[in-house]
Amino acid sequence: MENNEKKLIEVKDLKVSFFTPAGEVKAVGGISYEMGYSEVMGIVGESGSGKSVEAYTIIGLLASPGKVVGGEILFEGKNLLEYDKKQMEDFRGREVSMIFQNPMTCLNPVYTIGNQLMEALLCHDKSIGREEARNRAIEMLTLVGINNPDKRIKQYPHELSGGMRQRVMIAMGLICHPKLLIADEPTTALDVTIQAQILELMKDIQKKTQMSIIFITHNLGVVAEICDKVSVMYAGKIVEQGNVNDIFYNPSHPYTKGLLRSMPRVDETIYERLIPIEGSPVDMLNPPEGCGFGARCEHCMKICLRKQPPTVELGNGHRAACWLLATKEKEGN
Amino acid sequence: MAKYICKRIIMAIVVLLLIASLTFLLMNLVPGGPFLSEKAPSQAVLDALNAKYGLDQPLHIQLKNYMVNALHGDFGVSLKMQKNRPVTDIIIEMFPVSLRVGIVAVIVAVICGVPMGCIAAYYRGGKMDSFLRVVMTLGISIPGFVVATLLLIFFGVKLHWLPTMGLNGWTSYIMPAFTLAFYPMCYLGRLSRSSMLDAINQDYIRTARAKGVKGKAIIFKHALRNALIPVVTYLGPLTAGIVTGGFVAETVFCIPGLGRYFVQSVLNRDYPIIMATTIFLAALVILMNLVVDILYKVIDPRIDITKGGEH
Repeated sequence: MENNEKKLIEVKDLKVSFFTPAGEVKAVGGISYEMGYSEVMGIVGESGSGKSVEAYTIIGLLASPGKVVGGEILFEGKNLLEYDKKQMEDFRGREVSMIFQNPMTCLNPVYTIGNQLMEALLCHDKSIGREEARNRAIEMLTLVGINNPDKRIKQYPHELSGGMRQRVMIAMGLICHPKLLIADEPTTALDVTIQAQILELMKDIQKKTQMSIIFITHNLGVVAEICDKVSVMYAGKIVEQGNVNDIFYNPSHPYTKGLLRSMPRVDETIYERLIPIEGSPVDMLNPPEGCGFGARCEHCMKICLRKQPPTVELGNGHRAACWLLATKEKEGN
Repeated sequence: MAKYICKRIIMAIVVLLLIASLTFLLMNLVPGGPFLSEKAPSQAVLDALNAKYGLDQPLHIQLKNYMVNALHGDFGVSLKMQKNRPVTDIIIEMFPVSLRVGIVAVIVAVICGVPMGCIAAYYRGGKMDSFLRVVMTLGISIPGFVVATLLLIFFGVKLHWLPTMGLNGWTSYIMPAFTLAFYPMCYLGRLSRSSMLDAINQDYIRTARAKGVKGKAIIFKHALRNALIPVVTYLGPLTAGIVTGGFVAETVFCIPGLGRYFVQSVLNRDYPIIMATTIFLAALVILMNLVVDILYKVIDPRIDITKGGEH
């Protein structure tokens, strides 16, 4: 991404901690990235890597005992962390909206689909009449591929299937035409055929509406399918980021390499055993002094265990945080 | 729905018959009788009285007679307390008194208790929450007669703000209604606090927040309606119990209501009054439960009461 292009969102050294009785958990330990308009970025990482926490922080839904302890989030140049409660309520849904992992529980069971869709619109702009809100709701349902939308808006969530509900969630996220949609594992709870349909739908809508999407997932296949850029997170840090081709064809961080090796490939003709990443994720209550991945890394050096690795520019926005690359760079110089 | 309600009404009649029979038998098992007092009447007088009211017959004949009469709408006459006055007349006179105080009490309990629970849930863990929890715990642990007596001493005797007895003017409703309402109010508060906390942590609340719904609307639109089921469940029998009168409140504040009269009828062994008030209360409880079941459906569209009744 060239610097002269306008940025939609810029995250600078964001740090989020959870203050638990057992101590401070640094869920997000200083991450930086930027996104342009109509870009799709994937955030990949295993459970507990801080990818969801980071997304909740953007939209201001970080629950206590979580707290932002440093950094800034610039949305079109304005720092979201300085917004007060009211500004944030107005910002959510209008500028950025979010869809979640489990569509079965994410819709309020006691209100109709139409009521919930219209509410998303009406809570930002009361001047829209109910009639127009209804029409917009029907229009959105048509956009996400729901048949008979004028009948569906009178139905309750329990009368729809999981895939349908996720479509409704997407429609709800898009109804105010936000500039950014955060999708937190939107396909994880769905079965594979529905997953493919929802992904196809999101790709399609992204092309039509030109909005940006942050796509949080632990599924690299999904990333390859839909994203332009990828950030790989591990232990609250972005260990590698770049465009999709860089990440898939030229992975530079040992963790990214490990992830790709542990994934089955359809184009492989020789069937070999998958190679897992040995060990388990770090204890976030007592994170290591050095690189978070150090203890599981096959290339681990002495310095890795003692000092945080620097982020190394590999060109064209491709960056990775690893001592291996830092030392190589030095040798090259 | 109409079919379901018919079925419930038929079931209700069966339940009422069972309750009536059981009460009749238990009542007769208790020693003593309506005509005994400090100065015992002679055996001849007793025999004559028993014969007059049919109490000399075997129990099962008495029960049969009572049931047949009751099904014709004749619940007998008072044997002792208001001699020879039809029991239905007495209930028609006394029930509205209890009903008026009771309805005020139910309204107070609901409009104070439920928001109290919501506020406590909203500020969970905070000072407001701790304060309300103390109040609610006090409320469910202090017996009614203590509340009534304290009110009487402060507002009636010391401050002279409120009348201490009877029902004359709206000020006289305040203390009895509050006495009746205090326990259910605090209980409702605890109930709604816990079910609100449960609702607040649901995924759909997060969705609502993500689309930018304001804090108050989240609590009162999205969370409250989901939290209402346990509250409504408790509210049914509660309403039936309160509108038929509280013995303590009616005794302390000298209100001629049904609650106090019911207890006195038991003490006096005034059989027809015991029977009629018991059946009346039972019918009211059954009716309120039916209302609650219908309300479930109104609150939560997922609930299908017509299937739930059959198991």
